[in-house]
Amino acid sequence: MRNQTVKAGVLVAGALLLAACGTNKTESGAGGGNQSCDQSKGTLVIGVIAPQSGGLSALGLGIKNSAQLAADQANEKCAVKGYKLAVQTEDDQATAQVGAQAATRLSSNANVVGVVGTLNSSVAQSVQPILKGKNIVQISPANTNPSLTRGKDYGTAPKRDFETYFRVCATDDLQGPFAAKYLVGKAGKKSIAIITDGKTYGEGLAAEFKKQAEKDGAKIVASAKVGEKDTDFAGVIATIKGSNPDAIYYGGEYPQAGPLSKQAKDAGLAVPVMGGDGIYDQKFIDLGGKEGDLATSVGAPTDTLPSAKAFIDAYKAKGFKDDFSAYGAFSYDATNAIIGSLAKAIEGGDWSDSKRADLIKNVQSYSAQGATGEIKFDEYGDSTNKLLTVYKVSGGKWVADETGTFGG
Amino acid sequence: MATLLQQLINGLVLGGLIALIALGYTMVYGIIQLINFAHGEVFMVGGFASLATYSYVLPDGLKSDWWFALPLMAIGGALVAVILAVIMERFAYRPLRNAPRLAPLITALGVSVILKEAVRLWYPGATAPVPFPRVFVNKTFTFEVFDGSITIGSTAILMIVVSIVGAIILQTYITRSRMGRAMRATAQDPDTARLMGVNPNRTIVLTFVIGAALAGIAGVLYGIQITNVDTEVGFLYGIFAFTAAVLGGVGSIKGAVIGGFAIGLVKTLSGQYLPGGTQYDLVWIFVILIAVLVFRPQGLFGEPERVRA
Repeated sequence: MRNQTVKAGVLVAGALLLAACGTNKTESGAGGGNQSCDQSKGTLVIGVIAPQSGGLSALGLGIKNSAQLAADQANEKCAVKGYKLAVQTEDDQATAQVGAQAATRLSSNANVVGVVGTLNSSVAQSVQPILKGKNIVQISPANTNPSLTRGKDYGTAPKRDFETYFRVCATDDLQGPFAAKYLVGKAGKKSIAIITDGKTYGEGLAAEFKKQAEKDGAKIVASAKVGEKDTDFAGVIATIKGSNPDAIYYGGEYPQAGPLSKQAKDAGLAVPVMGGDGIYDQKFIDLGGKEGDLATSVGAPTDTLPSAKAFIDAYKAKGFKDDFSAYGAFSYDATNAIIGSLAKAIEGGDWSDSKRADLIKNVQSYSAQGATGEIKFDEYGDSTNKLLTVYKVSGGKWVADETGTFGG
Repeated sequence: MATLLQQLINGLVLGGLIALIALGYTMVYGIIQLINFAHGEVFMVGGFASLATYSYVLPDGLKSDWWFALPLMAIGGALVAVILAVIMERFAYRPLRNAPRLAPLITALGVSVILKEAVRLWYPGATAPVPFPRVFVNKTFTFEVFDGSITIGSTAILMIVVSIVGAIILQTYITRSRMGRAMRATAQDPDTARLMGVNPNRTIVLTFVIGAALAGIAGVLYGIQITNVDTEVGFLYGIFAFTAAVLGGVGSIKGAVIGGFAIGLVKTLSGQYLPGGTQYDLVWIFVILIAVLVFRPQGLFGEPERVRA
């Protein structure tokens, strides 16, 4: 009897492990309305797919709020004639499988005109085909993995698989090398340890970083991987410590990177940790990111761009509980690109499925000055804005250190 | 060599934490044959409760005095964990005591989901990992050995010491005290124990209380060591502790402690030396669990010389 209970327990534990990324939550943002506009034809929905819970929710909430802001402003300005815009947010929990469910739910709604999201490249991979199947335009504020737009041979034979997919941020094949140039060239680090979380984004970024770092004469002295849910990194730190790295490059996100930086210091490995846009958040510092840690992120720093000022002021005026964080301005621009293209697509007509092709065409040819700079897409759906910035932790805050583009 | 020693130390620190949680699993199983899957969440709640004690109860002036702050946080964490466990036992498990075994097991899963979601929704900022202050002497000791150096932090030493001392006290209590004898009697046969004047309900509640107090203390130790708490950790460490308890033989105190340390060591050493590195370290833990279940289903210290809690 007792062994049976134990066996049942083991089975249940196994099932739990499999189901660890379980359920789905939905939050619906109500669109701010202005009754002076003609909204007689009903409500059109802009979907947002981003993490609203879990470790990455700080970034996801910024994306959601900024999309909401753009929709509210459009409603006030009567940007889309005859319709009211609403934002429907689906929580993808930073998980590909939950993201796919969210995309399916949004795509079954005929009033969903476009989707802003996702945050994670790994989630985007599962969302892309679902939205393409329904011809729904998707603009990501944050996916940086190059294969999403240019296919898996993006370096040699780029091929666009998803003409519904666009993004407003620069990609990792620029971001990784940009980071390497800085860390090896400017900071003079020559023996670098690479740690990744094994996800699409982290792996891709670290691989691009490695290529350029080695080209610039640095040695990759150790490589290791951590689990997505790990909290105790003493083991992985000990495995790389023996090779005496003078810097750690982390391909992944801040919930792991922050504690990792602190635990490395505790273990006597007080070298700077550098990462990509996935660690560029105040939470990284709260969770243990130390002085001198580095991150690259897409675009120029939001608060230095004159074009971003209006966005920041409007965001603050709305009184959102959460910060707009790393991707807020990108999400705002992405949403505006959808709204602008939508307005053009249904000029004088009604929304119907047949307008989707026009909408995509309009996004492709969209061009406007957004909060992050010029918003325009190339033939693969990538942003033509290739600006990147290196940030450094200084005085308990991320401070911009260098902005530029990667020039090979 | 230095790396091996460092990994051994890391394994012991992790193992100490797992052992503290595993004690609660094994004691509850020993007495009512219930695998309390919510126990990992009790640990997580303990961590959050001690953080709340620090943030909301402790006066600002005393926050840097660890000799005052840390015990208070431990008490706060353990107290909330204990209250939770008593409520859990009374309303979720007691009504099902004579039901088929699977019923309380599934209930335990439900309780675990409720606790995790409740903390996530209600604790400010708990939708993401919450930073935890290192309320202890923040010092690291570095030793030069052979070909390198090894480092151990003061919080890590505390973790190992507390888990071993806790297990010894518990073992003594169960083998020497009157209540301990009552626990063992109830474990062997609740009906006969009742005839001998033991109050089984009180004894079972006490078992839950002790297990929860240890989990609450483990929550504080985890917080100061890792310096953040997350609602997800209850699940992960609950699974580790469950595995440790099964490995050592559910019901055995000694088994839980040794199982805990074994899992800690397997995790860090396999991450260092086995193919796949740290990405696959969890795999080896469960490979060992399966091997033990196949070849020695009662666990390392199960049945024969088992001291039941």
